[in-house]
Amino acid sequence: MISLAGRDVLHAWGKFVFTGVGLGLLIGVTLTMAGVYRGMVDDAKVLLNNSGADLWVVQKDTLGPYAEPSSLYDDVYRSILGMPGVARAANVTYLTMQVRQHNRDVRAMVVGIVPDGPGVPGYLMAGRQISRSHYEAVADIATGFKLGQVIRIRRNNYTVVGLTRRMVSSGGDPMVFIPLKDAQEAQFLKDNDAIISQRNRTSANPAFNQPGAPDLLNAVIDSQSSNPYVNAVLVQIKPGYSAEQVAEPVRRWKRLQVYTREQMEEILVAKLIATSSKQIGMFLVILAIVSAAIVAFIIYTLTMGKIREIAVLKLIGTRNRTIASMIMQQAVGLGLIGFIVGKISATIWAPMFPKYVLLEPGDALRGFIAVVIICILASVLAIRAALKVDPAEAIGG
Amino acid sequence: MSTSPAGRGIIIEGMRKRYGEGDTAVDALKDVNMVVQPGEVVGLIGPSGSGKTTLLKCLGAVIEPSAGRMTLGNNTIFDNGWMIKDLRALRRDNIGFVFQAPYLIPFLDVTDNVALLPMLAGLSNNESRQRAVELLGALDVAHRAKAMPSELSGGEQQRVAIARALVNKPPVILADEPTAPLDSERAMSVVRILNQMAQQYQTAIIVVTHDEKIIPTFKRIYHIRDGSTHEEAGEGRAFD
Ligand SMILES: Nc1ncnc2c1ncn2[C@@H]1O[C@H](COP(=O)(O)OP(=O)(O)OP(=O)(O)O)[C@@H](O)[C@H]1O
Ligand SMILES: [Mg+2]
Repeated sequence: MISLAGRDVLHAWGKFVFTGVGLGLLIGVTLTMAGVYRGMVDDAKVLLNNSGADLWVVQKDTLGPYAEPSSLYDDVYRSILGMPGVARAANVTYLTMQVRQHNRDVRAMVVGIVPDGPGVPGYLMAGRQISRSHYEAVADIATGFKLGQVIRIRRNNYTVVGLTRRMVSSGGDPMVFIPLKDAQEAQFLKDNDAIISQRNRTSANPAFNQPGAPDLLNAVIDSQSSNPYVNAVLVQIKPGYSAEQVAEPVRRWKRLQVYTREQMEEILVAKLIATSSKQIGMFLVILAIVSAAIVAFIIYTLTMGKIREIAVLKLIGTRNRTIASMIMQQAVGLGLIGFIVGKISATIWAPMFPKYVLLEPGDALRGFIAVVIICILASVLAIRAALKVDPAEAIGG
Repeated sequence: MSTSPAGRGIIIEGMRKRYGEGDTAVDALKDVNMVVQPGEVVGLIGPSGSGKTTLLKCLGAVIEPSAGRMTLGNNTIFDNGWMIKDLRALRRDNIGFVFQAPYLIPFLDVTDNVALLPMLAGLSNNESRQRAVELLGALDVAHRAKAMPSELSGGEQQRVAIARALVNKPPVILADEPTAPLDSERAMSVVRILNQMAQQYQTAIIVVTHDEKIIPTFKRIYHIRDGSTHEEAGEGRAFD
């Protein structure tokens, strides 16, 4: 037996291919949407993996530092270092802001790290880690900065000494690492006028400016113009300890919130990108419905254009099964073309997206199965119409 | 193999067909009696609305007669009700159809248009195509075997349609105005082919026609008027 579906498609391949390509672009968008979500989840995981931390110590009752603001005194880490099972602990700050390079602005997450501490980016594409405690920066490649370039954060200039990749915040902003001290200053920094006027106000206050104690005024002004806060403490634990084993006493004794890596991942994925994922899920549903409608409509139209042939096929003894499978094969064929076009186009345009788009083979497989099922369902309408065709129509009047 | 022996040709006794019910009912066939011997070509003529197409549809098992008896080949297919369940297989194996318009399948080439029927009956592709090519040769269109239907002339299309009607060697061929779109020379050649095939395969053939040019070629003619048939001797003029 020859393939009636195949012959029909070959005969009218132009119509078929154009429709398939149109459908394919739609499927490409669908796959990309799924990839955007996967990319967000993956970014979160990479962020956590590259942070080099086993535990995040943050302000009590917060989901910090990524999901909520968190603020700790910068000497807290010392007492954490003394807790059992803690190998290393270091302060870290996060601040999303505009970073200037020459005459362009890049939105970035500025991360203040202790050079050599946990929290230095794990992998560099080029250059080296920060080695001085001031005015050096390691930037993510997505910022577009180059090695040796000078960037401006607030009032200070930093030289880019190293480049990372895939270090982005959960909001998708590339990271720029600078020494902790500089970052604390940047977070706190007031403009010059504000500093001068505050200094004047403090000097005018007789409680601080006492004739017998000249150092008091200086100490007060110093404390006013420095920032003793950080956003979190990153902790690495000693081998042989479990994360929870170390986290629990810190929570209890230090009245701080401690998150393990699993918990942090849960916060990032379930809380931070939950709305985005619902948004994307909604898109996927709509795209699936639209694709189904298109396939159904096209297959129905193609079938209606063959009513007379179908009547003749029935008259000369073709079984309903043969006719139904002809229509279904065409629907599935259309889906196949669409899927291939969709997969290729998604692969082509995914790297052009500003945020990471992760096309997972598993998603492609699920997409493929969905396309096939949608096409089969969409052909039902056309098959029903075809089975209703009266073979007497072939004989005419 | 689905070749059926020609059996007793076509026998119709007291067939009636009523469309619809009640006030709007139409008695399209009131009393149809016909006999067509194996190897015989008879003409069926009558004014518009007299019931010719209705008769072919009943015989072709695409609509159900209201009453009567029909025998095709060796089988009594209708006796106040269908005697056979699988009407599609009945059509495939026992009846060849030729229409006014050839109604070829546009996405199959000439060979496969003809070969489709034996394929549907379960023959291998090769065997089916071999049969098709043989018949196309007999009908003088073998040189167009690889062409698509849209590339054929009207006469060629009609000959391919006849090949399709013949390919399963059915005991019966029903032709509804097969020569209407053809000029007289082509029309005559179609009738000649139908006569040759009838003799060669012992097929019983009914040709519905208005065509004055071909009416004189029938040896026997059935007139149908107001749903009733009357037999008449034809001229049976020989072909030149
Ligand atoms: N499906 C139907 N429902 C109701 N009445 C019908 C139907 N088909 C045909 N008729 C009626 O039955 C009668 C016979 O119609 P039929 O088509 O058999 O005529 P015909 O001899 O083929 O005519 P023509 O030469 O014009 O093709 C006509 O009165 C027609 O109106
Ligand atoms: Mg008619």
